[in-house]
Amino acid sequence: MTVMQIVFLITAVVTLFAAFRVVTTPNMVHAALWLIVTLFGAAVFYALLQANFLAVAQVVVYIGAIAILMMFVIMLTRREMRDRGPQTGKQWPWAAVIAAAFFGGLVWLGQQAALPAAPKADVPKDSIAQLGQALVSPNGFVIPFEVASVLLLAALIGAVYLAWTRHQS
Amino acid sequence: MGILSQPVGAIAAWLQALLEGWGLAPGLTKVILYLIGAGLVATLVQVWVIFLIWFERKIIGRFQDRLGPNRVGPYGLLQPFADLIKIITKEVILPAKADKAVYLLGPIVMNAGVLAIWAVIPLMPMVGMDTNIAALYTIAVGAFATLGILMSGWASNNKFALVSAIRTVAQMVAYEVPTVLALLVPVLLAGTMSLHGIVKAQHVWFVIFAPLAFLIYFIASVAEVGRTPFDLLEAESEIVAGFHIEYSGMVFAIFYVADFLHAFTIGALAAVLFLGGWRGPGAEAFPLLGVVYLWIKAFAVYFLVVWARGSLPRVRIDQMMDFSWKFLTPLALILLVVAAVLDHFVIGLGVWGRALSHLAANAVVAWLVLQYLEHYDRARARQRPMVAQPGQYPEARPPAPVETSPETAS
Repeated sequence: MTVMQIVFLITAVVTLFAAFRVVTTPNMVHAALWLIVTLFGAAVFYALLQANFLAVAQVVVYIGAIAILMMFVIMLTRREMRDRGPQTGKQWPWAAVIAAAFFGGLVWLGQQAALPAAPKADVPKDSIAQLGQALVSPNGFVIPFEVASVLLLAALIGAVYLAWTRHQS
Repeated sequence: MGILSQPVGAIAAWLQALLEGWGLAPGLTKVILYLIGAGLVATLVQVWVIFLIWFERKIIGRFQDRLGPNRVGPYGLLQPFADLIKIITKEVILPAKADKAVYLLGPIVMNAGVLAIWAVIPLMPMVGMDTNIAALYTIAVGAFATLGILMSGWASNNKFALVSAIRTVAQMVAYEVPTVLALLVPVLLAGTMSLHGIVKAQHVWFVIFAPLAFLIYFIASVAEVGRTPFDLLEAESEIVAGFHIEYSGMVFAIFYVADFLHAFTIGALAAVLFLGGWRGPGAEAFPLLGVVYLWIKAFAVYFLVVWARGSLPRVRIDQMMDFSWKFLTPLALILLVVAAVLDHFVIGLGVWGRALSHLAANAVVAWLVLQYLEHYDRARARQRPMVAQPGQYPEARPPAPVETSPETAS
């Protein structure tokens, strides 16, 4: 067993445990913190796969922005951080059945699919430069990239419009 | 591979040979070497904070016309050690209704976020992780400092601490944008996100290429660290001490160390991005000289941070938000576009031609910004005169009626 595999196993166990705690802890802020651990575990997986850019982007976007805003919102809106009621609703057996079936299906698919063998060559050193060029080259993904940009811009303008206070003079 | 030309490489090779001589697997040896390297960097920079504390207290003392620490040791140099012993003997108090685990994790997460930045800082040629995402990485791990403050502010179960934590998030989110945009200018000029590559590309320091981007990066980083004039998160006069109000003993000391180290770290980052990093005469041949150069440059920037702390008053929260969103962010966007477009045309001009044309473009942008600010200021002054208008303040008396009108006077 190589060191990388040991790191992978430890990360996998921690990530799964954290994901489990996200849905079982009664304390909202603790749930948000466990979610951060889970997201960070995903970033470690990316780093182990030598997808450095994805790993860092994961940390910037999910931990740096989304998780912190989530904690912010929880702190602002709830006086009582602890849920006193039961943790499960009435339909929990059905949800469990569907989740189990879905997970089983995924496992079955994973076993059925003929996965290509891992490429022998190492990841190119300047993979991020290739990614950047692919995003803006006409032969690459320039149209999806621009469409996403326009969508984000529209969301930005919409947010500004909604937050605009009109001064009455 | 001599000890002078590649000091760290030589030591690492010797250690690797030693460990493999003991019969360890090569993969395991590599991991052990990484662990030793990471532990050394993390420990040394934290020990370095002991000196920083003395330095900052001394400088602030001079700014305030005091002597600063001068009793323990020569020039008070041993004062931080005395403080250290004192703070170790103090009790770590846990508030009764605090969230214990989160409360104790907060300072550790914050300190870890600051230390993680040092993983990618090129101390000298060939040392420091060389990865093509290092510039983005410094932003990413900065989020952990925010997270640590948020955690400790909430877990203290104290209203002042919570207000401070919420202020921190607002401030960090606001100032992360200009930081990233200003950081993109050296990345664009060097054509790489690797900090090693950025240092190597600086035949002429990038501060000459982009002085305005350097200024924006400096101001926004000071705000992200939460130093004066942006220390709203620990404004003593409003929210007592902010997020660390409930902390005592060594747990508080971790915050203290993280704060000083973060200020010095942004100095080192600014030195790497804009001031040539380890570059200097003879640094290529003797890499140890590179560490000295980097340290001098980082200290110069750190001195500016301390200077600002010694001379500027704290800004109000609305001023802080306005300054980031309405001034720094648009300016950084304009600078980024100007640098990108200009660099396309002048890239063939040679190093100095390129540098001087960028400098000229920066001067033009600075002049336009000053013109705009003056115009904006005048327009606002016209719109809202400095004298109180009748009815503007309910409790103010209306101005005395005009006694002589033109009709009656004549």
